[in-house]
Amino acid sequence: MNKHLLSMHDVTADDVVRILDTAESFREVGTRVIKKVPVLRGRTVVNFFLENSTRTRISFELAAKRLSADVINFSASGTSVSKGESLKDSALTLQAMGADAIVIRHSSSGSPLQLTRWVQGHVLNAGDGTHEHPTQALLDLYTMREKLGRLEGLRVAIVGDVLHSRVARSLSFGLVKMGAEVTLIGPPTLIPPDAPRWGVSVSYDIDSVLPKLDVCYMLRVQRERQRLEFFPSVREYNRIFGLTSARAAMLPDTALIMHPGPMNRGVEIDSDVADLPQAVIEEQVTNGIAVRMSLLYLLLGGGGSGALDG
Amino acid sequence: MDERPTLFTGARLVDPASGRDELVDVLVVGETIEAVGLGLDAEGADTIDCAGLILAPGLVDLHTHLREPGFEHKETVETGTRAAAAGGFTAVSSMANTDPVTDHAGIVAEIRDKAAAAGLCDVFPVGAITKGLAGESIAELGEMVEAGVRVFSDDGNCVPSSRVLRNAMIYAKAFGDEVVIADHCEDPSLVEGGQMHEGAHSYSLGLAGRPAEAEELVVARDLALARATGGRLHVCHLSSARAVELIRRAKAEGIRVTAEVTPHHLVFTHDDLVTYDTNLKVNPPIRTTEDRDALREGVADGTIDVIATDHAPHAVEEKEAEFDLSPPGTIGLETALAAVLTHLVRPGIVPLARALEAMTVTPARILGAAGHGGPIAAGRPANLVVFHPEEGWVAEAPFVSKARNSAFLGRELGGRVRHTMLRGTFTVAEGKVTR
Amino acid sequence: MSSTLLDAEDVRRALTRIAHEIIERDKGAADVVLVGIANRGDHLARRLATEIQRIEGTEVKVGVLDITFYRDDIGLKAEAPEVHETRIPFDISGKTIVLVDDVLFTGRTIRAAMDALMDFGRPRRIQLAVLVDRGHRELPIRADFVGKNVPTRRADDVRVLVTELDGEDAVVVEEAP
Repeated sequence: MNKHLLSMHDVTADDVVRILDTAESFREVGTRVIKKVPVLRGRTVVNFFLENSTRTRISFELAAKRLSADVINFSASGTSVSKGESLKDSALTLQAMGADAIVIRHSSSGSPLQLTRWVQGHVLNAGDGTHEHPTQALLDLYTMREKLGRLEGLRVAIVGDVLHSRVARSLSFGLVKMGAEVTLIGPPTLIPPDAPRWGVSVSYDIDSVLPKLDVCYMLRVQRERQRLEFFPSVREYNRIFGLTSARAAMLPDTALIMHPGPMNRGVEIDSDVADLPQAVIEEQVTNGIAVRMSLLYLLLGGGGSGALDG
Repeated sequence: MDERPTLFTGARLVDPASGRDELVDVLVVGETIEAVGLGLDAEGADTIDCAGLILAPGLVDLHTHLREPGFEHKETVETGTRAAAAGGFTAVSSMANTDPVTDHAGIVAEIRDKAAAAGLCDVFPVGAITKGLAGESIAELGEMVEAGVRVFSDDGNCVPSSRVLRNAMIYAKAFGDEVVIADHCEDPSLVEGGQMHEGAHSYSLGLAGRPAEAEELVVARDLALARATGGRLHVCHLSSARAVELIRRAKAEGIRVTAEVTPHHLVFTHDDLVTYDTNLKVNPPIRTTEDRDALREGVADGTIDVIATDHAPHAVEEKEAEFDLSPPGTIGLETALAAVLTHLVRPGIVPLARALEAMTVTPARILGAAGHGGPIAAGRPANLVVFHPEEGWVAEAPFVSKARNSAFLGRELGGRVRHTMLRGTFTVAEGKVTR
Repeated sequence: MSSTLLDAEDVRRALTRIAHEIIERDKGAADVVLVGIANRGDHLARRLATEIQRIEGTEVKVGVLDITFYRDDIGLKAEAPEVHETRIPFDISGKTIVLVDDVLFTGRTIRAAMDALMDFGRPRRIQLAVLVDRGHRELPIRADFVGKNVPTRRADDVRVLVTELDGEDAVVVEEAP
């Protein structure tokens, strides 16, 4: 495996299988009374969250602690520049703290890659701007594989604001890598015109795609002013692209409904739909801890030089 | 002015202004070129053997940001003109986006005086089109023309109001035929928040884009206004194939337009930005291979008149920030000549004489830089550069400029300045700045 | 140079004898659970359970334990070691646990296994059954039930093959040059 996990392009299909298989074992650890193993004892994992996110940060924190690592939480509201400390200086401080791994979440695309130029530890991207969110994609792949038994040949639709979604990018790249068929659905203003180069299809007609899906993955639609210039109103969005109860009924019974959270009930997904048994949104969250444990283990559990026997 | 005469022997003279390309000796006495010929002899002269070297008019940069007054942490007139000399320039402009903005004669004079005091390179300040660069009311163009300004630009900003730009073009006609209105052509509403070229990479890198049509629209608008008003237009830092085509057609039609392109737009493509390299973050952005090839074609066929650096220094910490927080711009004075030699001349895309023309006589004429740009002939001021056309080097910090944000950082270039002479005085000798 | 220390018949007899010994030592094996150390000890543990059932009629619970997360050499190899399944679907507190492994060597694997078991509960006691004890202990660990004691040189490579994974039962040694 690569030293860092910045993007889904950093892992091969074999790596993905390994990550998911290893996550199985960590899920078992989560069923034990003592949900902790000593494997990363003595290592320091820093959660460098320059963009607010309680859920992801807690998920990583739990993952690292269950591996017996020491966890430091370094957060900042607003960007480092507005606080006066540059990203580089923050990075050098973390380096001086002896961080073995830095989990970075930042509103600027590309900042994890920049970080790797200034630190020696492993860097994990927990979401950078609108670029990628590889650990989310991996936990989603885990959930799909677990519920449906495979990834290859799965028909998955990703619906919503793809243009501004790092989850959509990572998930598209990951699914294509594992041989799934991906369709992006949303208003044309929110789908990159270039998307077919990613190996995916594009559709503006959700109703025609729903009956053939194995997974319907809904993205959060943001209501901020800058987003609203891309489509006329939340009401129209919901009418044309929202996963209403009527639309959910068009899905095959075995199909999964997924969402990276947090949900805008009533916008991209109706409230009733979010509570259907097909909607595995909470399981995505649980699986997140196991997958993040797997990643931390695989990244930090190697890297030595010698062979040892025993 | 050096005291002894200087005799350059055996140099290959490439002088676009006169069309000469031949081996010569050049004798400089005082501030002037005394003679150009073969077998020149001069007693008591310092002889400089120029075998294997090219002697050309000192380069002239039509688009330079010297950052003074107001942004001295990025660059000053002194450090910027020193960088210019190191790059083989004897004349540069200074763009008006200073603080306070160069929108009246007082600041023009201040910049000129600082340059004269440093004595490294002549500076011909560019004046703002609108007061404070706000795009609303026209600045005191007349007074600035009297202070010697020929080119006006709000560069950094596009002039957003067609009405204002039109008025500026019409008003400027009062002050002579050489006055030029130069626009930074990017529609603000289309590029707001944009970080790089809108295309395949911006979509996968998660960076908001600045589409090519933002340039095309404003170039089309400005050409229409130039046609309608009869004014003289200069298009700054072209970046797209469509815009090159518009200019080609406009010139065929007789519209009075000139255009420039930077070395970095001639060398790089958006493929080079996949590493989020902030030194390649520029406005307008570096675009596709097709755009780059069209820009090269434009230089070769004369559609693009000038190669100008758009030297845009920033402090180190500003460029080491997150990509979207990093200010756009790259320095370019020290690498321009070598970049052009390496990537355009040597591969045979643009002949040497044409490339030098775009960096000497044409920008000198547009800028009003009298005495610069050639021809190299007896009686002319001795503003020259002598360079090795192939000597290899790697662009590395620290630069002569105060700043380090070079698009060419860490890259190999071929072509190196040996001597730069400003009115008979060496500003660079044996590859080193003299003061 | 490789040679076979135990063939399939030898292995079968050794396992039968160990099963008898467990039954005898632990008074009928009613309170015994077997935990095989992944990934070969696991198969041996199941065979022992089958033997115990055959001999004594007692059904003995079997679990499998992967000790990767308790190893003492994490981060020292180039790649993180591969992880296998752990499944201990019963309470181990108060029970006699017989850990089952294929080869006892330095003792580090057993140390890791004991630490792992302690995180599952508080067993009454832990015993160790191995098919082969090859010496060279680096920790104070000993086996309670041994199939065969085999003197080896430290650099030799001793491997247990099981039908379920390797197609045959055998113990082979690859001697170091």
